[in-house]
Amino acid sequence: MLTKFKRIIGLLLIMPAIASANVSEYQLDNGLKLIVKEDHRAPVVVSQVWYKVGSSYEHNGITGISHVLEHMMFKGTENLGPNEFSQIIAANGGRENAFTGRDYTAYFQTLEKDRLEVSFRLEAERMRKLVINEAELLKEREVVAEERRMRTEDNPHALVREAFNATAFVNSPYHHPVIGWMSDINHYEASDLRQWYQKWYAPNNATVVIVGDVEPDAVYSLAKKYFGPLKPEITAQVKPQIEVEQRGKRTIEVKAPAELPYMMMGWKVPVVKTVDKEQSWEPYALEMLAGILDGGASARFSRDLVREDEIAASIGAGYGLFSRLADMFLVVGTPSKGHSLLGLQQAVMEQITTLQTELVSEQELKRIKAQVVANAVYERDSVFYQAMQIGMLETIGLDWRLTDQYVDNIQAVTAEQVQKVANKYFIDEGLTVAELIPMPLDSKRPVASAGGRHGH
Amino acid sequence: MGIRSIVLLLGVLVSVSGQASPKIEHWQTENGARVYFVPAPELAMLDITVAFDAGAARDGKQSGLALSTNAMLNEGAAGLDTDQIAIAFEDVGAQFGNSSQRDMAILSLRTLTDKVAFAPALEMFTNVLSNPDFPLASYQRIQKQMLIGLQAEKQSPSAISSRAFYSNLYGKHPYSSMPTGNEESVSKLSLDELKVFYKQYYVAKNAVIVLVGAVELAEAKSIAEQVVSGLSVGQRAKQLPLVAPLSQEKTIVIDHPSSQTHIVMGQAGISRGDADYFSLYVGNHILGGSGLVSQLSNEIREKRGLSYSVYSYFRPMRELGPYQFGLQTRNDQAKEALEVMTNTLKAFSEKGPTEAELVAAKQNITGGFALRLDSNSKIADYIAMIGFYGLPLDYLESFKSKVNAVTVEQIKNAYSRRVQADKMITVLVGGETE
Repeated sequence: MLTKFKRIIGLLLIMPAIASANVSEYQLDNGLKLIVKEDHRAPVVVSQVWYKVGSSYEHNGITGISHVLEHMMFKGTENLGPNEFSQIIAANGGRENAFTGRDYTAYFQTLEKDRLEVSFRLEAERMRKLVINEAELLKEREVVAEERRMRTEDNPHALVREAFNATAFVNSPYHHPVIGWMSDINHYEASDLRQWYQKWYAPNNATVVIVGDVEPDAVYSLAKKYFGPLKPEITAQVKPQIEVEQRGKRTIEVKAPAELPYMMMGWKVPVVKTVDKEQSWEPYALEMLAGILDGGASARFSRDLVREDEIAASIGAGYGLFSRLADMFLVVGTPSKGHSLLGLQQAVMEQITTLQTELVSEQELKRIKAQVVANAVYERDSVFYQAMQIGMLETIGLDWRLTDQYVDNIQAVTAEQVQKVANKYFIDEGLTVAELIPMPLDSKRPVASAGGRHGH
Repeated sequence: MGIRSIVLLLGVLVSVSGQASPKIEHWQTENGARVYFVPAPELAMLDITVAFDAGAARDGKQSGLALSTNAMLNEGAAGLDTDQIAIAFEDVGAQFGNSSQRDMAILSLRTLTDKVAFAPALEMFTNVLSNPDFPLASYQRIQKQMLIGLQAEKQSPSAISSRAFYSNLYGKHPYSSMPTGNEESVSKLSLDELKVFYKQYYVAKNAVIVLVGAVELAEAKSIAEQVVSGLSVGQRAKQLPLVAPLSQEKTIVIDHPSSQTHIVMGQAGISRGDADYFSLYVGNHILGGSGLVSQLSNEIREKRGLSYSVYSYFRPMRELGPYQFGLQTRNDQAKEALEVMTNTLKAFSEKGPTEAELVAAKQNITGGFALRLDSNSKIADYIAMIGFYGLPLDYLESFKSKVNAVTVEQIKNAYSRRVQADKMITVLVGGETE
């Protein structure tokens, strides 16, 4: 196993630095990938370390473990005490945090440009030398349980979203929430965390993204100094877990204390990572379709459902092209007073039918394209966002250059292609609908459902 | 591709790095609007913010009036309807925004500076600002949406706690009501009242214009003139009443079927330009303003695992904005968490920070100062604040040295005069504790 591993790394390390526009790309001998984007507008640098692990790498029983491990990454290493990481970054004027998603776990600091070394020194330390302390873990389980209560248990829309995903995805790991089920949160053991860390936290499973007022080769030297000595790991091959075929519309109700009804509709769709090569335009056509429905105040949802018919108090469409596994095209909304969830769903379906039967107008296409072109400029106002885009693409296994090609790919979408994806994917066999049924807010909450507290 | 490569090239050619803080150009338009401009030539875009002293503090008894007025401006202007206005912006990729808080009512535009996009975006922005039509049909819809928004607040423990906090903290002061109004007042608001409000407050003398982007000074001057050309000169809004200090502590408990109790605690804090600003800002940074390394986070989250988020902050406003503390915790832990939070505040008020804590806070604030100004949108926000509250133009330049000058004694002194730990408003919103 180890020899095979070494051979792969051997091939990788000969790759020279590839420079495209103002982006430079490097790979260390141990497999760590480094991407540096120059942005000299302000004397700052954002440093992000992305690991290929997230909730979609987890299985039942340990859901949310990637997220709690992210919390524990601040709780001490062989050479750093609990919270010392944050104290050092703070003393250097930095801002820092971390986030966990379905397909990634990422850590970041924003610093004045001459402090980048601090980030590398600390991130290299916790990449291989984390210490999971039992007492710290017990406290952090409580913190994460509170986080879950705040984000999910007491938030009716989040409850619907969780039930919705668990219904739409049967065997895809997008079935379970990033933060994990409460019962799993309450039962992580230190040994679970150690194993998870050992398995995924290694230079050959990480991408370091740097954007800011830096000189790429100098960053590369720094990276070699701090990350270079780290040993690679034999990371596990994640199973494909391809979602089973859906064989009919799925509908669920969620009852929760709430004032207003709410609904989510989602259709199974491909993403850039999963789409057939011959149909590589499809995700961009779906993105365009989302823009036609919900790309601003002039788009169809606002114009027809909110203003013209006044059926929706709020309504939105969402599609993300970039995820590791196949995902959904979402429509979420709340009916306006005097209208029902059913009425709102019918109105949405009429919009879909229109997209299936009539070509969208050239003006609408042009408008969405103009917005995409403009956004590509606006996005460059944020170094953080630029780093996010690169890190996210790399971590789900795509080329970061897709951010540059995105505008061209959207520009190429035709009205016929939008109609094609509308017909191909917006079918009952791919549809899941979840409804929030509001329960009275003044009723006392039964103790048993108050978040499932488990004493030890 | 063509446009993008040019943009990239420009970015390399004209970049100016290392400049400590942006140089602010300041002047007035012919009709008396105050203009603040910072050139940012690197990206081919411009951010325009127009802030009026027309927030909810001007609502009077008609709570929700300022927000409704602000929300109606892009619903019809110069004979064009909502669709046509939205299309005009979105056809050229421009982003229009409006919002209204207690002090400020804001209209904003982010647009590309190339000719094709810029002229139509600016023209529509000018129309929305100065020729709103206030169509009745739109108003009826906006009113219904505001009522639904108020209903949605009732399912959010954090929204409930915030409303109760402001109302109890500010009593009869205009800051006491929420910008979103309440059901009774919003149902009663009439379109005529909105029009009167607009006429009085959306005037040149009551406006601050902020421009940040890739235009020259001469262009910025003509853009500013155009933006407010349709506004009457008018008057600046009157001084707001002073905030009365709390005479005694008060605790408000609100039942809500949530698994956590949301706690908000606080009192009147500081105003913009307050003489104690830097002592209190740095002091609070140590107590609860510096995220994971603050004293509160250490006591509540790091040591006891009681809450995911715990914070304290001063929100300086025209008059005394709140000094606010907050956390959320499992219902049965609410009492304990509140006690820890209060004790941490009390200890800090009495003893102040240690010399080491002060040094660390200064390192954090000054060492990361450049991060506050690393994008056009952040610069625009700062300049709007400086312009709207009439802070000195060297506010950003002198910020670091003022932070560095703060001493432990000054913090203790300011806390003893300005923060009364025994006279707090405390709001608890949550469910049964078993």
